[in-house]
Amino acid sequence: MLEFKLALKNLLGSGLRTWLNVTVLSIAFVIIIFYNGMLDGWNMQATNDTRAWETGAGQYWHPGYNPYDPFTFSDSHSKPEESIKALEERGVATPILITQATGYPGGRLVNILLKGISPDQKILSIPTDLLKYNADDPYFIPAIIGKRMAQNLNLNEGDRMLVRWRDANGTFDAREVTITGIFKTTVPTIDAGQLWIPLEKLQELTTMYGEATYVVISPQADVLPQQTEWIYKNDKALLKDLADIMAAKKGSSRVISSLLLAIALLAIFDTQILSIFRRQKEIGTYIALGMTRMRVVRLFTIEGTTHSFLAILVGMAWGMPLLLWIQKAGIPMPANADQAGVAIADKITPYYGGGMIMATVLLVVLSSLIVSYMPTKRISKMKPTDALRGKLV
Amino acid sequence: MKNILINKSPIARIALVIMSLLITLHINGQDGKEILERIDQNLSSKNRIIESSMTIHGRRSSRTITSRSWTEGDKKSFTEYLTPASEAGTKMLKLDGQLWIYTPSADRTIQISGHLLRQSVMGSDLSYEDMMDDRKLSDVYNVTVTGKDTLQKRDVLVLELVAKVSDVAYYKQKMWIDAERFVPLRQEMYARSGQLLKRTELTDVKKIQNRWYPSKVVYKDMLKDGKGTEFVTTSIKFDQSIPDHIFSKASLR
Repeated sequence: MLEFKLALKNLLGSGLRTWLNVTVLSIAFVIIIFYNGMLDGWNMQATNDTRAWETGAGQYWHPGYNPYDPFTFSDSHSKPEESIKALEERGVATPILITQATGYPGGRLVNILLKGISPDQKILSIPTDLLKYNADDPYFIPAIIGKRMAQNLNLNEGDRMLVRWRDANGTFDAREVTITGIFKTTVPTIDAGQLWIPLEKLQELTTMYGEATYVVISPQADVLPQQTEWIYKNDKALLKDLADIMAAKKGSSRVISSLLLAIALLAIFDTQILSIFRRQKEIGTYIALGMTRMRVVRLFTIEGTTHSFLAILVGMAWGMPLLLWIQKAGIPMPANADQAGVAIADKITPYYGGGMIMATVLLVVLSSLIVSYMPTKRISKMKPTDALRGKLV
Repeated sequence: MKNILINKSPIARIALVIMSLLITLHINGQDGKEILERIDQNLSSKNRIIESSMTIHGRRSSRTITSRSWTEGDKKSFTEYLTPASEAGTKMLKLDGQLWIYTPSADRTIQISGHLLRQSVMGSDLSYEDMMDDRKLSDVYNVTVTGKDTLQKRDVLVLELVAKVSDVAYYKQKMWIDAERFVPLRQEMYARSGQLLKRTELTDVKKIQNRWYPSKVVYKDMLKDGKGTEFVTTSIKFDQSIPDHIFSKASLR
């Protein structure tokens, strides 16, 4: 207890030097929490949105389907197996059929993916109710597109676009589709270059009756034992890309955190070296009065480490209101931030989890403990008589 | 004859009309098939060696690519691009629906999925299939003669072709055939829905090795803006002796 009291007294007695160290460390502490909070917030938002709009709770893929290879799409379609169809009938699964097509908006040529989805599905957040149509009118094909696609092709609600595709046998067909809705989503992988039309209509147009490319399941669906030809992809597999990107981002966040922390800790290290050099007579006096060398080492280590406690308190004092305000206001992202194909909202809401804050506190305290202890090792080699004379060993 | 028709009962008259209609349809069907066979005699061959230039009209400028192709039936084809310098040395080999492309700048041969055959060739209005598919029209289409017309100052027969096999790119085609030379002068390709997709205008018909052959073809994708793509055959030789090694991957490098 004596060491803590002495340490605090010495620190406060150092005045501006202490507060400069504390301020630098508190800035590092707050920035680390902010950066990690931003990444965690983005990760949560991207994961939730991707689940809600694209992946569901899992998917069953046609054996030939590879979402990264568009050339597989034309052969990746068949009737889902009975066990998967049973899930559809229970309303906990929705099939999606994909075919490559060419759109001709205003005489231009653009490659698109034509995706068929049931207008009655409730598993994904895509507003498929806008795809409802009168089955008696064979020439009306409703279509919905994302906002990015609408901007790229300069399309508005009610506009018509000629689309050309090939049916299951490779024969060309072309019809006009009517844009019945434009939806806004943070998930670019279901928006860019994609045209959603009613599943039955696409099956009819491509002569792929009752067929699908993949089936999205809801959390209520039971995962079927893997004895089917269709391949089950769980939540983890479907979100792997996102997890990989986040892991890469976390890596870069660690580099930034390390740099910030290194700058702050360097100041503490310098202060410790200076303290030991300037306070040799004090050290000699402590030892002469009966303190063991280890106790003196502990005193100086606690003194250095107390910087981190003060920094955390100061950081909380100015950082908490700032971080909470940023959380409330959100961090605006540039319009083209989702070009990489990852879900990014217009604003990222940081998430400051208890675990992340505790980990940051521990990191700051432990690292300052280490840099405070390192210079004090030479105290253990000091002779008290030399120390009293101010003669450094 | 008039008296006979007047004297017959209404049922007999209807039967007579139906019979004459069926006979007419039969004759037209036969004529159409014969016409297609005569077109195939002109255009299809056991093999051929072509030197050609392809001019692609872009929005701002046009570019011309020349090439030499060796083709055998509808399964084997080898093309070497000669100019411009940026494309020179690029080679394409099609064997049984598979396509390999050798790019000299990368010094690599890439095998591409059969579906790439449906993609545009170097930004033109032609697909790889358009360039390489050599199936006989009479093998894949049912044909009907729908009328007569005049095109390029020549008498033409108008044919309507409807697919009789399922794996055909265009469900319906309309062709204007030179009534004397049996060479198509215009061809329109339609989607299953009836939408016009492509139009080709064939001109400069020349007699080569006892065949009439159109040496200039303008392809136009009717769904997009632009002037289309011109394909000019500068030299063509039919039924030549093509060594087997031409259609091997070794010839790509």
